[in-house]
Amino acid sequence: MLRLYGTELASRLLLGTARYPSPAVLTEAIRAARAEVVTVSLRREAAGERAGQGFWSIIRALEVRVLPNTAGCHTVKEAVTTAHMAREVFATPWVKLEVIGEDDTLQPDVFALTEAARILCAEGFEVFPYTTEDLVVADRLLAAGCRVLMPWGAPIGSGRGLNNLFALTALRAHFPTVPLIIDAGLGVPSHAARALELGFDAVLVNTAIAQATDPVAMAAAFAQAVAAGHAARLAGPIEPRNFAVPSTPVVGQAFRG
Amino acid sequence: MRILVNGVWRETAGRELAAALEELGYGSRLVSTAVNGEFVSLEERACTALADGDRLEVLAPMQGG
Repeated sequence: MLRLYGTELASRLLLGTARYPSPAVLTEAIRAARAEVVTVSLRREAAGERAGQGFWSIIRALEVRVLPNTAGCHTVKEAVTTAHMAREVFATPWVKLEVIGEDDTLQPDVFALTEAARILCAEGFEVFPYTTEDLVVADRLLAAGCRVLMPWGAPIGSGRGLNNLFALTALRAHFPTVPLIIDAGLGVPSHAARALELGFDAVLVNTAIAQATDPVAMAAAFAQAVAAGHAARLAGPIEPRNFAVPSTPVVGQAFRG
Repeated sequence: MRILVNGVWRETAGRELAAALEELGYGSRLVSTAVNGEFVSLEERACTALADGDRLEVLAPMQGG
């Protein structure tokens, strides 16, 4: 079981809820992914609109746990205020803390992130920081009170997979007991399987599923990949070698000697 | 008085945030509010006075990644 802030989860695939072709496809994709946690957000709503209320009814009916994000925030103040607003609307202490530092890559501003994390953890929030693979930043986030980290695989929506395998592997080795969730940048199920094989505890996927030709089928494929990757990790993968090692026994080989 | 609601100038007679929200059509909606960048909780809305030129954010649940 995956344990995040004391909550036990059977599924290691967390799902984003944005960019699906329709609410019906979103609903089916959440079911196909067997996701127990979905990310949600807050946006301005005009008085005449009902989009937000309708979306929230759909999510509530699915009885999944929600992880509100602070997407689009660029400062500590914006992120902290948004977290407070999300806690009231979604009635959860969980927050996926995003503080964006650069618009082309949507790379986290790790300085503002650690400061916002410190404030929110002190106020009783259970913070899931969207961060880079940087070891020192990870250390500061843990010192700020975070008990889960969400390093990126690649820039949000890029579908590039695990861009920096060396640093991600080092991060996993350095913090063996901290739940680490790869958030952002995955493109295909094999990326998710790889993350779990490397020992990451879970993945959070949105665009790769929502923008697939068939999001429901892709959600199911990601669920299988995550399960396979986790099972492989538990089974103990072999170490890669530079040269061949015969798999068929050489003892008793004909025509030799 | 004129206040900036989600980036749009609106006229409201409501002197407190709760009254202004009602008048602006957000009455019974599930929304969260901030005035001039500061979170205002549901309980605080009735006693939070608004002033001309205040910036009000009214946010609702939305899809997110």
